[in-house]
Amino acid sequence: MLGRLTAEALKHDWIEYLAGVSMILGGIALVALLTHKKKWGWLWKEWITSVDHKKIGIMYIVVSFIMLVKGLIDAFMMRAQQAFACGDSMGYLGAEHFQQIFTAHGVTMIFFVGMGVMFGVINLILPLQIGARDVAFPFLNNLSFWLFSAGSLYILVSLVIGVFAGTGWTSYPPLASLKYSPGVGVDYWLWSIQISGVGSLLSGVNFFVTILKMRCKGMSLRRMPIFVWATFATVILVIFAFPILTAVVGMLSSDRLFGSHFFTSEAGGNPMMYINLIWAWGHPEVYILILPAFGIFSEVVPVFSQKRLFGYTSMVWAIFAICFLSFIVWLHHFFTMGAGPNVNAFFGIMTMIIAVPTGVKVFNWLFTMVQGRVIFSTPMLWFIGFIVTFTVGGMAGVIMAIPAVDFQLHNSLFLIAHFHTVIIGGVLFGFFAGYSYWFPKFFGFTLDEKLGKYAFWCWFFGFLIAFVPLYILGLMGATRRLDHYAADLGWQPLFVIASLGAVLIAIGVGFQVWQLLASIKNSKHHRDITGDPWNGRTLEWSTTSPPPFYNYAFIPEVHERDAFWAMKQAGIEAETRKYREIHMPKNTAAGFYVGLASFVFGFAIVWYIWWLAALSFIGILVALIARIYQKEVDYHVSAQEVAYIESQSKAKLS
Amino acid sequence: MKDSTHEPYPDPHHGHYSKTVFGFWIYLLTDFMLFAAYFAAYVVLQTSTFGGPGGKEIFNYPLVLTQTLILLTAAFTSGIGGVFAHRRSKQGALISFLVTFVLGVVFLSLQISDYHHLIATGNSWERSAFLTAYFNLVGLHTIHIVFGLCWIIVFLIPLCREGITEIILTRLSCLRMFWQFLAIVWIFIFTIVYLAGVNV
Repeated sequence: MLGRLTAEALKHDWIEYLAGVSMILGGIALVALLTHKKKWGWLWKEWITSVDHKKIGIMYIVVSFIMLVKGLIDAFMMRAQQAFACGDSMGYLGAEHFQQIFTAHGVTMIFFVGMGVMFGVINLILPLQIGARDVAFPFLNNLSFWLFSAGSLYILVSLVIGVFAGTGWTSYPPLASLKYSPGVGVDYWLWSIQISGVGSLLSGVNFFVTILKMRCKGMSLRRMPIFVWATFATVILVIFAFPILTAVVGMLSSDRLFGSHFFTSEAGGNPMMYINLIWAWGHPEVYILILPAFGIFSEVVPVFSQKRLFGYTSMVWAIFAICFLSFIVWLHHFFTMGAGPNVNAFFGIMTMIIAVPTGVKVFNWLFTMVQGRVIFSTPMLWFIGFIVTFTVGGMAGVIMAIPAVDFQLHNSLFLIAHFHTVIIGGVLFGFFAGYSYWFPKFFGFTLDEKLGKYAFWCWFFGFLIAFVPLYILGLMGATRRLDHYAADLGWQPLFVIASLGAVLIAIGVGFQVWQLLASIKNSKHHRDITGDPWNGRTLEWSTTSPPPFYNYAFIPEVHERDAFWAMKQAGIEAETRKYREIHMPKNTAAGFYVGLASFVFGFAIVWYIWWLAALSFIGILVALIARIYQKEVDYHVSAQEVAYIESQSKAKLS
Repeated sequence: MKDSTHEPYPDPHHGHYSKTVFGFWIYLLTDFMLFAAYFAAYVVLQTSTFGGPGGKEIFNYPLVLTQTLILLTAAFTSGIGGVFAHRRSKQGALISFLVTFVLGVVFLSLQISDYHHLIATGNSWERSAFLTAYFNLVGLHTIHIVFGLCWIIVFLIPLCREGITEIILTRLSCLRMFWQFLAIVWIFIFTIVYLAGVNV
């Protein structure tokens, strides 16, 4: 009846119990709060079923924040283990548990934090910047979000029911095959990634069509803001790379479920093919994360330098050079596989070449600041922190691109330090810059600058203290994923320093939470009534903060780059046109139901509960077919209502 | 399709047809990438027969040729269905897609009988990596055929009831593209798996 799901699945050690119980208590508290405040109807109507890109974007970021906390706790636990587990002390985590933690940390941070925040920001900003009222397929957007959430839920559920994979975030076979990992951990991993991956793929298609089909009048490709260009390149990567992930995860599932032999070490299977395929997706993936961050910085730097972006055209070329090159470097993740000197040399050189367009971008940002009137606001601080760390991390990458050097550094902590430098220093700092830059647009008030700066400095120095020791440890020979090491290696002091850095990062996160709460509390004092708190350059600042659900009462018309800046230079005239009715999509619950049924489907397969899998699969089909048969999926907002909403926001201004 | 040329400020939410069909093209592109990964895996594993049979021994060429002709005809009739839909001919579209459906069912049953024969003779996907790759690649195509058949039914019911509206025209155009996509993928399977398999 319940497949392999028995009471055994609920047995854990005390740390996992602690995590599980606190998670369940948190959930119960949330349910109680919603019931007490009678907010269920509001949650359902305004958020869960919403097809508004702004709300979906906010939901992406909320889910990512929850996952970020989870991933950070994983990180702190690893730091603590490695600081203590030296010589006679075995630390407080068992080896099995430690493996699950580093796997869950990687999966959480890449798929559900990195992807989540970037898709959140793209959702929020992209339609506004191209002067559209929504994305091309609003329902699909809602569906993507729920598939993403369903994927993230497996990681949390695996804390309570069963275990998570202990195979590392890329789950290489033969270790990940049924023979060597017979438990449910790898299956949780597979379904978590498969379901959220399909969501990402649909988002990719959606944003691609949005950019090509939904731009407002006058916005030719060469007038698009760089963030839109970066998103465009990102979704091209999604469209080409994510199907490979779907395929390789499908193949590993087939091996584990049906006893096939893609990657087994018997019957002619080829485990190295898995590593090739997963990195054929995995390398473009890191650019899927970083390109939107580049886009964010390209918006932030000109605004706070009060000067237009230096080298727009070279910026676009650089983005697409990176986009192309990212597909022909995947082998650098496993130079040690032994592909031969010529193959390794090719991939090594291609990897080094990526530094050229990236360098172009770095210099463009720096030249944008030259002779500008730079305002050192929080987003700008994140940018400066990014330039320093990302350049260091990038250079470490170029060092490892030399195959001969990589043979020494492969899977060492040097590598770990490298990719954390570029992902924290690039993706996360980029997101934080965007967070403080665009926050007022969607909530109507700015974030506290002072606390934001404290948070930045804690993050920046915490990051350096946590990861510089790892570079050194890597050169001393420490490999990744160690749950214990000998005392005479002399590594412990550096591990202790690294964990102190993690503490500083935790303080930085504390400041960010404080900043958010304090800003909400004092929101009256830093309300953004103009809709343009930073003297912005792009279209999103031309509408109110927060924007009405239809974004623009009149679709803007663009005549040059930095469209809103140009409008301000020309002088904005008072609106005299008559309002017209606006065509908008209706909310729908279908996406939520499909996401829910997909979650149950994957869960049932993880535990071999076949009847439930069949049932939930039928559920997915029924929800989709019901959506197809739904009539009147959109409606018209009357001209009077538009006039009313617009007059309300004008009243606020005066 | 609504004519929005008279509006001084064009509303990009109109033009449902062009957006959806374009989006469907991009979806098909991702589906091609999915197949590409399976093709790559097949090419890597096609010689890993592990003592089991190779392609030459198990492929039933007359059957494969029959299947190919049937599927190409199905793609052709779906194309005709698309033309009828654009001419707002409900009956023509209905009949063409029904023919596609019937041909699809015949194709599917031939495919299943082929799988059944292979499994019955002890050559299932568990036999060797080559058979794993074969079953998964061709099986992925078969799953697409099943979905294609389901969507024909799902789309033809409203077509019967309402005739050709803008939404139904959009959907039939996507359906037509999907069946033609299935035929194109099959041509690659025919070439890479069956024709090239003669020498393996």
